[in-house]
Amino acid sequence: MTTEFNDDQQQFRDVVKRFFTDKSPISAVRHLMADDAGYDAGVWQQLSAEVGLAGAHIPQAYGGYGFGPVELGIIAEEMGRTLYCGPFFASSVMAGYALLGGADEVCKHRLLPGIADGSTIATLVLDDLNQVDQSGRGLHGALTADAHPATPPATQANTDAGSDSEEGADGASYWRLTGTAGLVLDAQVAGVFLCVAATDNGLGLFLVDRAEPNLVIEPLEVIDPTRKLSRLQFNQVRAEKIGELNGAAMALLWDQLSVVLAHEMIGGAQTLLDSTVEYMKLRMQFGRPIASFQALKHRCADLLLELELAKAVTRQASHFLASGEGPRHLPSMAKAMASDTYMSLARAGVQLRGGIGFTWENDTHLWFKRAKSSEVFLGSPYLHRERMMTMIQESDCG
Amino acid sequence: MDDLMTISVELNAWLDQNWSPDRSLIEWRDLLVDGGWAAPGWPRAYFGRDFSPEQSALVEAEFARRGIVGAAQSGPRRLAAETILAHGSEDQKQRYLRPILTGQHAWCQLFSEPGSGSDLAGSTTRAELQSGRAGQQEDRYIINGQKVWTTSAHHADFGILLARTDWDVPKHQGLSYFLFDMRQSGVEVRPLRQMNGHASFNEVFMTDASVDPRDLIGGEGNGWRVAATTLSIERQGFSQSRPDGGLKGLSSLQGRVYDEYRAELLIALEPYTWYPQRAGRADLALPRARQTGAINDPHIRQELAKLLSMKQGADLAAASAAALSRAGSNTVSPQGSIGKLAASVIARQAAHVHTLVAGTDAMLGGAASAEAGVIAEILLSVPAISIAGGTDEIQKNIIAERVLEMPKEPRSDTGPFRAIARNSTDK
Repeated sequence: MTTEFNDDQQQFRDVVKRFFTDKSPISAVRHLMADDAGYDAGVWQQLSAEVGLAGAHIPQAYGGYGFGPVELGIIAEEMGRTLYCGPFFASSVMAGYALLGGADEVCKHRLLPGIADGSTIATLVLDDLNQVDQSGRGLHGALTADAHPATPPATQANTDAGSDSEEGADGASYWRLTGTAGLVLDAQVAGVFLCVAATDNGLGLFLVDRAEPNLVIEPLEVIDPTRKLSRLQFNQVRAEKIGELNGAAMALLWDQLSVVLAHEMIGGAQTLLDSTVEYMKLRMQFGRPIASFQALKHRCADLLLELELAKAVTRQASHFLASGEGPRHLPSMAKAMASDTYMSLARAGVQLRGGIGFTWENDTHLWFKRAKSSEVFLGSPYLHRERMMTMIQESDCG
Repeated sequence: MDDLMTISVELNAWLDQNWSPDRSLIEWRDLLVDGGWAAPGWPRAYFGRDFSPEQSALVEAEFARRGIVGAAQSGPRRLAAETILAHGSEDQKQRYLRPILTGQHAWCQLFSEPGSGSDLAGSTTRAELQSGRAGQQEDRYIINGQKVWTTSAHHADFGILLARTDWDVPKHQGLSYFLFDMRQSGVEVRPLRQMNGHASFNEVFMTDASVDPRDLIGGEGNGWRVAATTLSIERQGFSQSRPDGGLKGLSSLQGRVYDEYRAELLIALEPYTWYPQRAGRADLALPRARQTGAINDPHIRQELAKLLSMKQGADLAAASAAALSRAGSNTVSPQGSIGKLAASVIARQAAHVHTLVAGTDAMLGGAASAEAGVIAEILLSVPAISIAGGTDEIQKNIIAERVLEMPKEPRSDTGPFRAIARNSTDK
């Protein structure tokens, strides 16, 4: 198996890199960090409709471009490199992958084209952002007779038949979600919420419109303002059930999300390595650039090694998702390695700059915060190593 | 590819005509050298065919497939041969290359000294040109000094020798490189025992030994430039000679040539038996964790997962580096240093996991230790991997300076060599 990029993929990277270098300069990142919405609608429009990145991995049948995990990884790396602020991960990656893996055909056709062209901003509601496959313990869906049949759920205003909410002119019953999701990505800008909730018959995938009454969206203070989170409370919120998610589907979803996040992390880690080494070449102490001191060079060499190994495994993980070739624990391996590498580089990025490294004015802390947030988002390195070992043991038996 | 097909047809026709397991090893290798199949990647003028790495790989694969013995291999032989090809005189190429391929001459590398390890250019072995007395003797270089870490010195016929010919110029400019006869009085070889009990290296003492000036390679004072070639080949690494010499089922193959080949390998490979243990034997970690039940310990699982992750990353990175070099990039890439550093990190983590898995049994040594002593050998051999062949610290300097383009440390050894501070043990 090769994890080298072919010419098309290399050209694709060049285009993507140019786009984010242009559209996501550090001034924009700092501006959007302080902005409640946290993204620039104009850039989002260009990214989605003009460059076509929001639908890169969505099949053409659903309005996307039909690229695979490798191209998606390239996009994520370049976003990570520039700390791009926007609902790409929430909408295209999380909601997009959840729909592809869990929604019924009609709903895919209904929802994915909007996600692919950026006109719909969606997010995925998981009540466990650490152990993703344990989701459903905090959010439950139940079919209930509607006390107020006069107002159908907002999302169903234009629904074709085909969903299994049992509509009827009289005494209609609807799915209702109850519970809490403590951490939901980019809920502040999402128009629709795809929710993973437990039902009496396993996990279901539900669609909830932002306008639903009884849905309380509470933006949270976060350590990393480039990744905005809210707490969602569902109190008998009306929902449309659009599919089911068995254990295998949840495991695949977790893999897919982890690999994209791992790519984003190695992109960010690469920026930290490059910028830190550049700074060290300019910073003079004791009459010479600090980059000439062996103690500091050796730390940089260690960091380069750690990053190269994480990069190799991450890229192989996306090849695995694309081709099915290779051991199935690669996604968790990649997530754990990328998390550790990003944090190593974040700590070093501060330390090797000395005092300026922990000031607000210096940009290093922006990546530090992203690294810290990414370390635990979708599962800590500890958890992913545990998951990977479990998979290795399972493959012994099977 | 047509080209490869043609090569394959020609090679197989030649083998059909010449190969026989009943020949003596030397008789077979003479045919091989004359036929141009011993080192097809070498120039046509010197027993080769100017083959690309891909073409050479095909030849090697055909030999392996048909169970045919190839040219003599071994790290030091290859270092000598490639260096002679790059810098040697016509006379040197004619005299030395053929017996290397046939296996008649074994070589060793006389570079490191007790006083110059990482700082190889600080060599203090003396080479002094002594003019022959008129009409009686030829000019000779007289060699005095000590070398160390010399693998295979005890059965080597020749050594590639770095020695100082000028003490009044900066250190790199005063070195010369010789093709040195090991079979002479004035050369004493003593085994050097390591902390793991093996003695796979030697110390070599040279007392008024001598070299013919026609065995000076690259010219006087150019030794460092020639050594750089040797070192870059060494850093590229050579596939560690396998106990089967690349031939499947060698131990059961019948015929004189196989008998003699097995005997040759036994001697050549003896120093390397502990090298896999030095690299940590990551391959044993998972099976042993399963077998002992240690795999169910949450802490050990974490450490094992880290080991498997590093190994996966390093294997992939090595594969991409190999793909790059096959794609024609001939330059010595710093990938070698990255790979060496990775190997060292992996070996330490593997030793850590083996310790955790063994528990208190890690106190046992020799045959009392698990896996017929292999675990104890791992624990006592791994400390060498971050030193041998260039320390981790030197590899990190190379990575920092060549990949990250960070500046070098200021030097304090740029003046005439005689004036530079040295170890008190150096003469």
